[in-house]
Amino acid sequence: MNLSFDFSFYNWDLISNFILKGLYFSVMLTVVATLGGIFFGTLLAMMRLSGRKWLVVPATIYVDGMRSIPLVMVILWFFLLVPMIIGQPIGAEMSAVITFIAFEATYFSEIMRAGIQSVPRGQMSAGQALGMTYGQNMRLIVLPQAFRNMLPVLLTQTIILFQDTSLVYAIGAYDMLKGFEVAGKNYGRPIEAFVAAAVVYFVICYTLSHLVKRLHKRIAIIH
Amino acid sequence: MIELKNVSKWYGSFQVLDDCSTHIEKGEVVVVCGPSGSGKSTLIKTINALEPIQKGEIWVNGTPVHDPKTNLPKLRSKVGMVFQHFELFPHLTVTQNLTIAQVKVLGRSQDEARKRGLKMLDRVGLMAHKDKFPGQLSGGQQQRVAIARALSMDPIVMLFDEPTSALDPEMVGEVLDVMVSLANEGMTMMCVTHEMGFARKVASRVIFMDVGGKILEDCTKDDFFGNPDARQSRTKDFLGKILQH
Repeated sequence: MNLSFDFSFYNWDLISNFILKGLYFSVMLTVVATLGGIFFGTLLAMMRLSGRKWLVVPATIYVDGMRSIPLVMVILWFFLLVPMIIGQPIGAEMSAVITFIAFEATYFSEIMRAGIQSVPRGQMSAGQALGMTYGQNMRLIVLPQAFRNMLPVLLTQTIILFQDTSLVYAIGAYDMLKGFEVAGKNYGRPIEAFVAAAVVYFVICYTLSHLVKRLHKRIAIIH
Repeated sequence: MIELKNVSKWYGSFQVLDDCSTHIEKGEVVVVCGPSGSGKSTLIKTINALEPIQKGEIWVNGTPVHDPKTNLPKLRSKVGMVFQHFELFPHLTVTQNLTIAQVKVLGRSQDEARKRGLKMLDRVGLMAHKDKFPGQLSGGQQQRVAIARALSMDPIVMLFDEPTSALDPEMVGEVLDVMVSLANEGMTMMCVTHEMGFARKVASRVIFMDVGGKILEDCTKDDFFGNPDARQSRTKDFLGKILQH
């Protein structure tokens, strides 16, 4: 192994052969897990706020349970267990997508729960008084406001989620970090590879969190 | 049109309504007054079942509100309600506030709903603000939009829950003006309010409630204000305090 830092390692071949494919998967996983996580997270939040025991108890157990386990363990267990349950192997990528949706839903559910509670009760009463059903009230009045109030937090969670996608290395899925790792191994330049990986993750996440901050100022609802 | 029979309600072991009975005929304007904590707001909210009751019966236009089988959204769509804190939808424009329930609940077309909504907005004198968001309006304007929103649904009765108590004093007048003109046009109304001037001007009857959720007085306006000797001492005491200044 060469101990001096080799800048010639960074070139277009590295990006096109190893990184882009991984970056694509990382971004795809982040987007799908965010959308799916928000969808199921909102359902979980509504279950927990429904006041009906048979909805509250399972949702609470699921959320608290998931949040008490390290993500990398959930990824591993899911990868090992699901094929046993359904009787056929699923790819590492597919397994990662399902795991991330299931896991992130719990974090998004806590955010949406706070969001729903941030909407004054009177809003629901006003919708009811106009003859809207519970479903219409949630969909048209409460959730849009909850979502808006929580958008910065949801996006921040998405940035964390993007960082967490690197944990799929545990099941061998090809994400961006894996791309750098493979390239580093191929060229015998692991240090250069991991330094570049850190820089890329940093730049992406730092930029995004700055955008979130600016957005936050823009969208605040005037009351 | 509206009939309450022996209505009682508890929060846990705390009784908020105690055997309340009254009725409102078509075209009547009934003002409900009384000290804080007497259950006025709770009483008015039982009429469209925003507050469920544990005992008694409530009938609105022949529909039993107390019956668990009643289709409450349908009933509520015919009962207009105006809240103390306006409760306009802050994420929607004024026009959207006026149309959303017409479209989603009454099944009107966007066009039809918009036409009806803007007509009501014009009525409360706020046509110029149709594209604004509620947060851009003053409290008095917001409350007028809220009244227009309720009217857009073509309600058979309007319920007002302290419509002016969250307003700056100089905005109370504009809201009361709208309410007075509604009353003069023959709208059936029930208003929880401390505005005794409004009661004197347009009320047909006045209901006085006291702490503990009891209806102490239920009489015509003229009796209520003009015949103090026939009133209970608690009512005289209350009136003496609020009419003094």
